[in-house]
Amino acid sequence: MNRQMAETQEEVKMKKTVFLGALAVAAVTGGVASAATLDDVKARGKLNCGVTTGVPGFAEPDANGVWQGFDVAVCRAVAAAVLSDPTAVEFVPTTGKTRFTALASGEIDMLARNTTWTFSRDVDLKFEFTGVNYYDGQGFMVPADLGVSSAKDLDGATVCIQTGTTTELNLADFFRSNNISYEPVPIETGAEAVQQYNAGACDVYTTDASALAAQRANFEDPTAHVILPEIISKEPLGPLVRHGDHEWGDIVRWTLNALITAEELGVTSVNLEELAAGTNNPEINRLLGTEGDLGGMLGLDKDWAERAIGVAGNYGEVFETNIGENTPIGLARGLNAQWTDGGLIYSPPFR
Amino acid sequence: MTTLADQPISASGSSFKLSMLLNDTRYRSLTFQFIALVAIIAFMAFVGGNLVRNLAEAGLNISYAFLGEPAGYDINQRPIEYDSTSSHGRAAVVGLLNTLIVAFLACITATVFGVIAGVLRLSNNWIVSKIMSIYVEIFRNVPVLIWILIIFSVMINALPGPRDFRGEDATASMSFFDTFAFTNRGVFAPAPEFTNSFGSTAELPVTTTGMDWLLVIAALLLSWFVARAVANWATRTQEATGNRPTTWYITLAIWVVPVVAVLLFLGLTWNVPELKGFNFRGGMQLRGSLIALWFALSIYTGAFIAENVRAGILAISKGQTEAAGALGLRPNRIMSLVVLPQALRVIIPPLISQYLNITKNSSLAIAVGYMDVTGTLGGITLLQTGRAIETILLLMLFYLTVSLLISFFMNIFNNRMKLKER
Ligand SMILES: N[C@@H](CCC(=O)N[C@@H](CS)C(=O)NCC(=O)O)C(=O)O
Repeated sequence: MNRQMAETQEEVKMKKTVFLGALAVAAVTGGVASAATLDDVKARGKLNCGVTTGVPGFAEPDANGVWQGFDVAVCRAVAAAVLSDPTAVEFVPTTGKTRFTALASGEIDMLARNTTWTFSRDVDLKFEFTGVNYYDGQGFMVPADLGVSSAKDLDGATVCIQTGTTTELNLADFFRSNNISYEPVPIETGAEAVQQYNAGACDVYTTDASALAAQRANFEDPTAHVILPEIISKEPLGPLVRHGDHEWGDIVRWTLNALITAEELGVTSVNLEELAAGTNNPEINRLLGTEGDLGGMLGLDKDWAERAIGVAGNYGEVFETNIGENTPIGLARGLNAQWTDGGLIYSPPFR
Repeated sequence: MTTLADQPISASGSSFKLSMLLNDTRYRSLTFQFIALVAIIAFMAFVGGNLVRNLAEAGLNISYAFLGEPAGYDINQRPIEYDSTSSHGRAAVVGLLNTLIVAFLACITATVFGVIAGVLRLSNNWIVSKIMSIYVEIFRNVPVLIWILIIFSVMINALPGPRDFRGEDATASMSFFDTFAFTNRGVFAPAPEFTNSFGSTAELPVTTTGMDWLLVIAALLLSWFVARAVANWATRTQEATGNRPTTWYITLAIWVVPVVAVLLFLGLTWNVPELKGFNFRGGMQLRGSLIALWFALSIYTGAFIAENVRAGILAISKGQTEAAGALGLRPNRIMSLVVLPQALRVIIPPLISQYLNITKNSSLAIAVGYMDVTGTLGGITLLQTGRAIETILLLMLFYLTVSLLISFFMNIFNNRMKLKER
């Protein structure tokens, strides 16, 4: 209750200040300097990273108030690469509604908040997606005792959705193309949506399937809820930055690629130090900076990737510790396996 | 001290010197006002010019073309026809109507709550007046957003869900002879429908159209005029003879007969809600989000109105009450015939600002998922199109227009209620 209120107020405030701020800045400054985000981050000594307001396994503060999760790991890896300190991150919780304003206005340097890469966000809203860290799709969750086994049986159901998401649009398309009706209940944050779903104010909760699994893990009785088999959309989720600052975009992109490549090449948190001393695999050497100067090309030093991988291990390790099959969330790698294992996770070469 | 007489005033103006613009009190204030005006205009021009240039540089051209594009999202409460293929413009209109609906409802109930609480707070009954003070202080001093969320939470957690109405071991049942259902998704009530409607077709024998309702409203208007004529006649008779004829049964008939005739002619039937699948279907639905928002706005603003009403009543001198009492009027007639009509003059001006507050506070609707104009145009449309500046400007224009309209009409009303001085 309290938290939800604070969020709503925060959100109203944030929207207002962001808008007025943007107007005021646009009105008073002489011209927009093409911002060098890297310099700003270094000068500040902190990376401002936009995350969710809380999705277990993806981004959530733990009992000590330290942010943990799969998306958080990307922020920390970038902070380690740029500032040599994975804790030099200011996590800014954003809702589906505030995230883009926060990024566009410069309040955050990057957004790692299970955000779907779409044409209009890339082209029209002018953001640069720096890759995909989770291949997802939209699913439906219903209480098991409703006895529903397919999304096509949902005619007339009341559906909880988060506003300002791709979810909202996919949902409208799905019901329209199947010629069935529904009653949408628009909600601001995931936490509120779960609260309403559990109170029975809606029959169905729909969002990215990964988030469904993550939030179900926190329910009193997760087995009392089923995720329906239909996946009604493609939701490639990944980190993004503003259009226009390509140097910064490159840093975020290749930090993520470093984590992915590390898994592909077998570089793990265990053998990282040993491999960083030099190996006879030239690609590992280039990645860890013992051969060539890829870091220098990014405007960083030679050890940037080693530091990024050193935070929590490679992509596979990050996956397993936060959302993998041995966690309460229990997601299988599926599409998110390395391409060598039949998945879609594929980094361009370090060369 | 310079007075006008000290200055030689020449009709030709030949003695005007430039220094007089600063030294002469006749011109000085004009000079400064002029300088201030020029400075303000220059500043606005600078800011406006910069805004346009910077937006252009950032690739953000101001364009309202998105209003014509398909919205792609659904809205639950639709006063006019709308689906996900309708345009963003139409979604904005739906939101706008939803804002007006909740603001209108809340203004009425807030006034009712406020008048009752304001009058009772001055009651001689200690308990009643204390209860009313507690109401006023509690509701006035907690932010309205919190009330909205509390009321909504209580509603969704305390009332049964539709599935509790199902099956042999149902834990909830419908009220009022199985016609109303109170659920945590809102209240489902029977809806009037016409078998003989102007809009009925072969496939759809039971419908309602705007035409039908116009006919009903016309019947009510007719009754109103006739009832007023009867009342006037009664007053004239009373003035002439001293006895007021009993008219209540005539008035009752005037109100009932035409409407019933029209309804019978249209073939009125009731469409009773029924549990089908996940939800109740048929009938009409008052959504939980609307109820929570409406109730919270009314009860919160009602506390402020109560204070206005109390101030208005206290402003009427005690002599009025005593004089009316001396004439033998009973306390509630003193209130309704002597005190309240005079107090209205003090009450109405602050009431206008309370109505404006309700309208503006209704933009908190998204907290409970009520799709007002801030939720559609200023929420989903803004996010899906990224047209922040355009949508926010439109929103500002909309709230400004509504507020000015409310002030305008309330001022007309105020002028009519004002003491007519002769
Ligand atoms: N991938 C979709 C949906 C993203 C989304 O909003 N996911 C929810 C899933 S629960 C979330 O992160 N909520 C957490 C929050 O509100 O902070 C998009 O990019 O629009």
